Amino acid sequence: MRKIATAATLAAGVAALAACAAMQSTPRDRALALMQRDFHAEGIAGMDRLKEDAVQAACNKYDDKPPADVAARLQKEQAATLKFPTDGKLLGNWKSGEKIAQRGRGMTWRDKPHKTSRGEPNGGGCYNCHQIGPDTTSFGTIGPSLYNFGKLRGYGRDIQRYAYAKIYNAKAYSACSQMPRFGHIDALTEDQIKDLVALLMDPKSPVNR
Amino acid sequence: MRRALMLSLAAAIAAAAPWSPAKAQTEDPVAADFDKFRAIMEQANPAELFEVKGEQLWKTPRGPKKTSLEKCDLGLGPGVVKGAYAQMPRYFADVDRVMDAEARIVHCMITLQGFKYEDLAKRPFSSATKTPDPVSITTYVAAQSAGMKLAPSQSHPKEKEAYETGKAIFFYRAGAYDFSCASCHGVDNQRIRTQPLPNFTKPEQAIRAVQGWPGYRMTGGVMHTLQWRLNDCFRQQRFPEPDYASETLSALLTYLTANAQGQEYKGLGIKR
Repeated sequence: MRKIATAATLAAGVAALAACAAMQSTPRDRALALMQRDFHAEGIAGMDRLKEDAVQAACNKYDDKPPADVAARLQKEQAATLKFPTDGKLLGNWKSGEKIAQRGRGMTWRDKPHKTSRGEPNGGGCYNCHQIGPDTTSFGTIGPSLYNFGKLRGYGRDIQRYAYAKIYNAKAYSACSQMPRFGHIDALTEDQIKDLVALLMDPKSPVNR
Repeated sequence: MRRALMLSLAAAIAAAAPWSPAKAQTEDPVAADFDKFRAIMEQANPAELFEVKGEQLWKTPRGPKKTSLEKCDLGLGPGVVKGAYAQMPRYFADVDRVMDAEARIVHCMITLQGFKYEDLAKRPFSSATKTPDPVSITTYVAAQSAGMKLAPSQSHPKEKEAYETGKAIFFYRAGAYDFSCASCHGVDNQRIRTQPLPNFTKPEQAIRAVQGWPGYRMTGGVMHTLQWRLNDCFRQQRFPEPDYASETLSALLTYLTANAQGQEYKGLGIKR
């Protein structure tokens, strides 16, 4: 008798739970549905930008702290996207790199592919977050200081490759890094990334002097 | 006019030194200088011109229905403006959703005065030559809450729901740069270039999401509201564009404002 009553209560409970689950959505479900409805494509910024890719999905799911195995898998996948220059050269012109680091425009509603609305090449916005050269004191603090980057790490080709890869796709090293994937998303060109590598790695660059 | 303003500002800074902030938000000397700058500018804020214009717009019969906004219910009863801004976003039964101040004003312009949303949403933000009416009206309404404590209602289930939805929007990373609102505004003591980035997840810093808006922006000499501020955040986040006065923005503003619950809203702001 008691068993039957318990079973009946349980069944009712399960039914109620199922009804609840059908009716109640999570805040995330509601947020995504709302944003899907309330945003519109504007210029180069299509609605596809609201969709998470694998990295974004995992970082959102785990609050930027994915378990080690998930992080390792994501980083491996992102490393597979890296495209190094076919001519084998990694160092461009540090003076051009400095300009790219200073400028932050590009990839917004009125910009064009690879170009800002003013017709200039996209910027990397590097100083927004990083200390880099000695003459710019108006740098942000979201990312680590890159001052003396080459001087501290050495000027070898492996460090050049690391710098290139990090700018191309920072998620190849840290799955939920706050740094955009400039090469992966085609915000910066191969030549621009080379120029930035030169800014960090050329012994003549003010970064290392 | 602008130049005269800047000159008097320079004089004011000189006269005001040494200046001690009543309540420094942070130890960062750069941030302290910004605070000092704003405090002085607020003494002669061109935003008041837009407040006056907004009051006229509120009281004048306008639109296809030739009605004023004096029957507009901002949550404290039809026509009650004083204190209404500090208690929004809130739930409105007539639309069965949470609305922030500007969304509610737009709603009133549509329902009471007969304006069309499409027309209001076409160019909703100020330029050097034009300040949209909802901006001036929002400025007027906000100014009538100056000095009051923020008290957005969180008692209705839909208000709690909007808070949680807004929170999820705040932390949602996507877009070309993998940014969420929290990328810039979820950590203490960060700056972008020299601009300090308040951490909106903390009550004592969340006030900085609301404080200073609506605000007069010296760059371009334009009046902007929180609708513009959030729009520009999403632009820089490299997201698509949020619809003007949409529920998404009301939800996000609910999260930000409720986090600043109990903090004083000082009134209209002035920005670099």
